[in-house]
Amino acid sequence: MSAPRSLFGKGSVLSSGDMMSRSEAQAFLERIVKLSKADTIGAQLTGGYTGNIRFAANRITTSGGVSNSQLIVQSGYGAKHAVVTTSDFSMEGVERAVRQSEAIAKLAPDDPENMPLLPPQQYHDVDSWFDSTANLAPAERAAAARTAIDAAKAAGDLAAAGFIVAGTNYSAIASSTGLYAYFPSTNANYQLTVRTRDGTGSGWAGADHPDWKQLDFKAVSDRAIQKARASRNPVAIEPGRYTVILEPQAVGDLVQLLAFSLDARSADEGRSAFSKQGGGSKIGEKIVDSKVTLFSDPADPQLLGQPWTGEGLPLGREVWIENGELKQLNYSRFWARKKNARPNGGLGSVKMVGGDATTEQMIASTPRGILVTRLWYLRQVDPRTELYTGLTRDGTFLIENGKVTKSVKNLRFNESPLFMLNNLEMLGRSERVAGTESGGNVVFPTLKVRDFNFTSLSDAV
Amino acid sequence: MTTRRDFLRTTTAAGALALVAPALARAETLAPRAAPIEPPAMDPATKELLVEALNAAKMGGAEFADARIGRYRNNFVITREQQIVNVVDTDTLGVGVRVLVNGTWGFGASRDLSKTGVVAATKEALAIAKANALPAADRVRLAAATPTPDGRYVTPHTIDPFTVPIEQKADLLIRANAEAMKVPGVKFVNSNMFFVKEEKNYANTEGTFTIQTVIRSWLPFAATAVKPDFTDFQTRTNVIQPMARGYEYLVAAKPVEHARQWGEEAAEKLKAKAVDVGRYDLVLHPSHLWLTIHESIAHPTELDRAMGYEANYAGTSFLAPPREKLGTFRYGPAMMNIQGDRSQEGGCSTIGWDDDGVKPDEFLIIKNGIVNDYQTTREQAPMLDWWYTSQKRPMRSHGCSHGDNWSSVQFQRMPNVSLLPGDKEQGWDELIAATDRGIGIVGDGSFSIDQQRYNAQFGGQLFYEIKGGKIVGQLKDVAYQMRTPDFWNAMDMIGGRQSYEMGASFFDGKGQPGQVNAVSHGCVPSRFRNINVINTGRKA
Repeated sequence: MSAPRSLFGKGSVLSSGDMMSRSEAQAFLERIVKLSKADTIGAQLTGGYTGNIRFAANRITTSGGVSNSQLIVQSGYGAKHAVVTTSDFSMEGVERAVRQSEAIAKLAPDDPENMPLLPPQQYHDVDSWFDSTANLAPAERAAAARTAIDAAKAAGDLAAAGFIVAGTNYSAIASSTGLYAYFPSTNANYQLTVRTRDGTGSGWAGADHPDWKQLDFKAVSDRAIQKARASRNPVAIEPGRYTVILEPQAVGDLVQLLAFSLDARSADEGRSAFSKQGGGSKIGEKIVDSKVTLFSDPADPQLLGQPWTGEGLPLGREVWIENGELKQLNYSRFWARKKNARPNGGLGSVKMVGGDATTEQMIASTPRGILVTRLWYLRQVDPRTELYTGLTRDGTFLIENGKVTKSVKNLRFNESPLFMLNNLEMLGRSERVAGTESGGNVVFPTLKVRDFNFTSLSDAV
Repeated sequence: MTTRRDFLRTTTAAGALALVAPALARAETLAPRAAPIEPPAMDPATKELLVEALNAAKMGGAEFADARIGRYRNNFVITREQQIVNVVDTDTLGVGVRVLVNGTWGFGASRDLSKTGVVAATKEALAIAKANALPAADRVRLAAATPTPDGRYVTPHTIDPFTVPIEQKADLLIRANAEAMKVPGVKFVNSNMFFVKEEKNYANTEGTFTIQTVIRSWLPFAATAVKPDFTDFQTRTNVIQPMARGYEYLVAAKPVEHARQWGEEAAEKLKAKAVDVGRYDLVLHPSHLWLTIHESIAHPTELDRAMGYEANYAGTSFLAPPREKLGTFRYGPAMMNIQGDRSQEGGCSTIGWDDDGVKPDEFLIIKNGIVNDYQTTREQAPMLDWWYTSQKRPMRSHGCSHGDNWSSVQFQRMPNVSLLPGDKEQGWDELIAATDRGIGIVGDGSFSIDQQRYNAQFGGQLFYEIKGGKIVGQLKDVAYQMRTPDFWNAMDMIGGRQSYEMGASFFDGKGQPGQVNAVSHGCVPSRFRNINVINTGRKA
């Protein structure tokens, strides 16, 4: 990929200060590698500029611009290794980091699972750099924030609170084996909560894309306002098992959590929901509804992630669940060697294949159910079944006889994404979602599922 | 059931404490108190850079500015079973400048610590403040604060963890792991050491200059027992609480001596009886209750949440608006007193001055069961001026401003928020003995609470079935669900001073961009009547 045109463009005072081009990063990292006196050295650079603006109660609150980079050095002596990071890029600073990582590595006990550094690799081309984001000025962020603030103020009965963040990033790695990789990217994220002044309604909407121009601030604002109004004066319903229509954000909130547990080693060790009774893992078994396919692919136009891991392992299209069958789990390089499998880099970005049902069709086909905007405070309750608890938030509605009839109080659930994906009825279009608790590049469809387990009511709005 | 008393000895070591004199004496024997450390003076070159930033801010039209130059270091030693997974040292150094221009904040931060770099960060902050200019009615007003021309603070400690050789740390962990692995059924152990050292220089345009060194230490440990047929696995974790102390604290916690017991507790959980759903009296140990306090008291009494500032992320608060709650809202029984402070020795939020340059005070958030105050910064205290006036108390910030790094803008974060001991000298044993049908819960487990802090669900580490005033066995798959005011009003017994302990988190998340805060919560064993318990076990 060619160097981004605007790598050194000026959005604000600090915005170009911490970017390094491909050749600059390479020259810098090669200097680090040459400093090494250890058997092996791996060095990684990450950095960039982030500009943000927050607002709440219809006024801008805090806002900042941060320029930062860090160097991560791993020195190795045989099976001993240690990592040191620094933000001091002076000659003395980087030499100190290299020497310190060597000193600690020498003292560290042997790591019997130590893997040799990777030789040079081939990586997929992913273009995730957008000049529109890189050249953003503080005034443009302020104007975007005012889209929602002005609308809420004009309405009179609404309070808007939101966060806009946009920035540039680069990461690069080099090692004593001659490996080199570089990836520049931009990011822009908007999340908005609109609450009614009477405290009975709250609506949320968000947008996320590497390209600032893809964020439609007016659309996000309209959607959050509509949800806030529609969610006023919620009524209590009995907790229990309901058919639910989860918008892409809510699906992402829950299903993204599988990324942390789709791990081969813990399954093989008997301590995961993917362990097989009697021994081994559930790879090859049908674990969820046959409509479910879940994959990672940095080159997917909706994902646009970094095409290599921190170790320099190339990332390509990796299918984890296909038509309901568990195809593979995440194999680290060590575990892959031990189990004669292929190291696959794990679930960085993640996408679930969607269907063609519209949300309206899902609602129309539901005699009684609940429409959920998003989920909140998800925490694992039982790793044996991937059981999570959490609550609905910012727009929860009752569906009766094919129509959304009223706003309902928020509900706590105790549910496993694995159980939920076994109860799948309909899939909608997949969207990039903006607000999961774990963040990252995440694409999920709207889902209609039956028997979703709500266990208590919340008075929270 | 031989583990309970041993456990209490463990957590007493782990939860060393400070608030009260008898407890302090005990803590001292376990984690020897440091000889007073003479805090260093600010380096003149650093001071010059801070002044450079403040001058550039004033030249650029700021009516107030502050600058922070900080070095933030972490050290991790990561092990599993009998091996080292990794050793990591992180180190970051830079400047963050905050300006207030016509009542509007701007913030800029850079790792470039040349004069040019510091001025560039200031100019970034000025440009942002000007681009965001607020209408007159919305402008920020700061509560007055007494300037501190030469403030110096160091976390009390005996051994700086950053001076302890790596092989010594690794040896302690590997030996502890080996002890736990001796227990039949225990197949896996993950243990780490995690140390934090923050060297923070602060200056503002009112003449405050402070230099502070904060040290925190933690030893996360988890033993996992697996049934041979792969039908169940159970983990015992969260055994040693994080504290603002040196390496001596982890040594005093005696992980090697206690690891076998932690392993046994994991193995015993495989045999525990699944809980029957229903209502129980809960006796909650401080190693568990601290997290319930954190989520259901400390968060809803953050003033920024109550005023709607966190609506888009962490959420708002059921304890709002303050005008309808202060002095009137009954949070719990009259025995309930909740203190905010940043002064308890060993408390993770304990510090000399906050990131507004304010010396924090001790304040009662809940007094005799009634809401009495909120956590505040200089920007927030004026919002409660009416209340302080009515109470004939000075309007001042409680010193809760904090940025988690030089690159993070400061905002309201949690001080240590603690349940004060009751008058009667009683503890865990007495509370169990007084309970006819209940569950005793030790250690924190899964936790989740809504965005206004009403509805919460908590798990735990160890669950003891109580019948007729005695522990009769261990339970599993226990979680309780609660509505905050109902739960705290169901509290009918609390421990005395001797039973006070602190629990803590290094990772209290809040704000956008997200920041973490380390915070401790002291408390005593407490009993709650008739609480709804669910069974979280499911079959796949």
